[in-house]
Amino acid sequence: MKGLITMDDLTNDDIHSILDDAERLLPVARGETYLPLLQGKILGNLFFEPSTRTRMSFETAMKRLGGDVVNLGDVKTSSVVKGETLFDTIQMVDGYTDIIAMRHPRQGAARYAQDAARVPILNGGDGAGHHPTQTMLDLFTIQQSHGTLEGLTVILAGDLRYGRTVHSLSHALVRFGCRLIFASPELLRMPPEIVEDLREHGADVTETEDLLGNINQADVVYMTRIQKERFADEDEYAKVAGAYKLHARDLDNAKSEMVILHPLPRVDEIHPSVDSTRHARYFEQAFNGVVARMALLCRLLNIEVPAEIAGGDA
Amino acid sequence: MADEHNMRRVTAIKNGTVIDHIPSGQALKVLELLSLSGDTSVPVSLVMNVPSKKMGSKDIIKVEDRELTQSELDRLALVAPDCSIAIIRAYSVAEKLNVNLGEEVRNVVRCTFSNCITQNPREPLPHRLKVTKTDPLTLRCHYCQRPQDLDELIHNLL
Repeated sequence: MKGLITMDDLTNDDIHSILDDAERLLPVARGETYLPLLQGKILGNLFFEPSTRTRMSFETAMKRLGGDVVNLGDVKTSSVVKGETLFDTIQMVDGYTDIIAMRHPRQGAARYAQDAARVPILNGGDGAGHHPTQTMLDLFTIQQSHGTLEGLTVILAGDLRYGRTVHSLSHALVRFGCRLIFASPELLRMPPEIVEDLREHGADVTETEDLLGNINQADVVYMTRIQKERFADEDEYAKVAGAYKLHARDLDNAKSEMVILHPLPRVDEIHPSVDSTRHARYFEQAFNGVVARMALLCRLLNIEVPAEIAGGDA
Repeated sequence: MADEHNMRRVTAIKNGTVIDHIPSGQALKVLELLSLSGDTSVPVSLVMNVPSKKMGSKDIIKVEDRELTQSELDRLALVAPDCSIAIIRAYSVAEKLNVNLGEEVRNVVRCTFSNCITQNPREPLPHRLKVTKTDPLTLRCHYCQRPQDLDELIHNLL
């Protein structure tokens, strides 16, 4: 494996092994133990689109492991605004760094960058395409909550058309035999080519507009924000904005161990009343971004995570 | 006999290319694909929907004084992957060529997805479409992985 562009770059064994590494790295992510595994290594953070959690968690992950980070900075003040191609930007950063994390508004940009680069690329989101590092932290959180990834019933709800997190996650869950329920407004359905792909891989997929009526079946409810920035037309956005608003009172019939995840930021799709229920896991999920990315950075830089880490009885 | 009769529907050419076994109704697309639809410098003969033992019915194109290049053959594979090509010199078949799509179509056509990274014409890496199925022909962009609409694709030739 050179870089991580889509979940197809990882086998199920790779996924299990990286999640095991992440589990052992928890005390390092919390700052309880200092483990400079990546000392002398430099991460290039290339975010051509706004990012808070992904960019910051990559930076934290690198620094917790003793590595360093260089940032592209604001695209408006970088050479991109002067018309530099992605190819040229990658050639430059490739020479400065040992590994690159990038987000780009154009789909396919991460694969393109990997073809242009010698160092590994970690795809932090390419248009409405893929977001595999988010998927790894989602899987880590699901495994933490249920002790397994196998055979769960997972509802993916909200913007399934433009939401790259749900595209990557659904591909991964199917590989672990999970049953998927896609709940979205008609306009924001999962792209048909993805549904077709999943079914070709033997997936049990249900598409519905009814979120609340299906919650009682779920082991995981993965909510997403309806992304205003992906709509060219304001009227189209207005038709679907606020389509789903999950409230604590909607969870009365949910399984007791059901967990609610969200890649964040949220707008109004999860009411704050849900935060204090036993089902809410989205803030732990955001923290897990650090530990999952620590494990991925080590894997792609061929640095072995020790089998035992001091304070590692998490 | 049927094939011979079909070939005689238009006059034999002295030099040039005969493209046979084009799926019925696709000949106009082939002309567009080879940039022959608006080219008035070479004589082109075209027969459509003629009987074929192999295909039921088919189209045939004859282009005079022009031999197809490898890159044109690659383009042809997008609409007529099973067509057969004969290069004619002095009224005789000098060469028989086959179209071979292979596993990837490289630098022939641009991805049809409007938000693909390859839409920036200044990006220098090759345009790459992967052949994911041959029957029916299904192509996906190597970079954005979007499936390609074949009707739209012929307007994106490089």
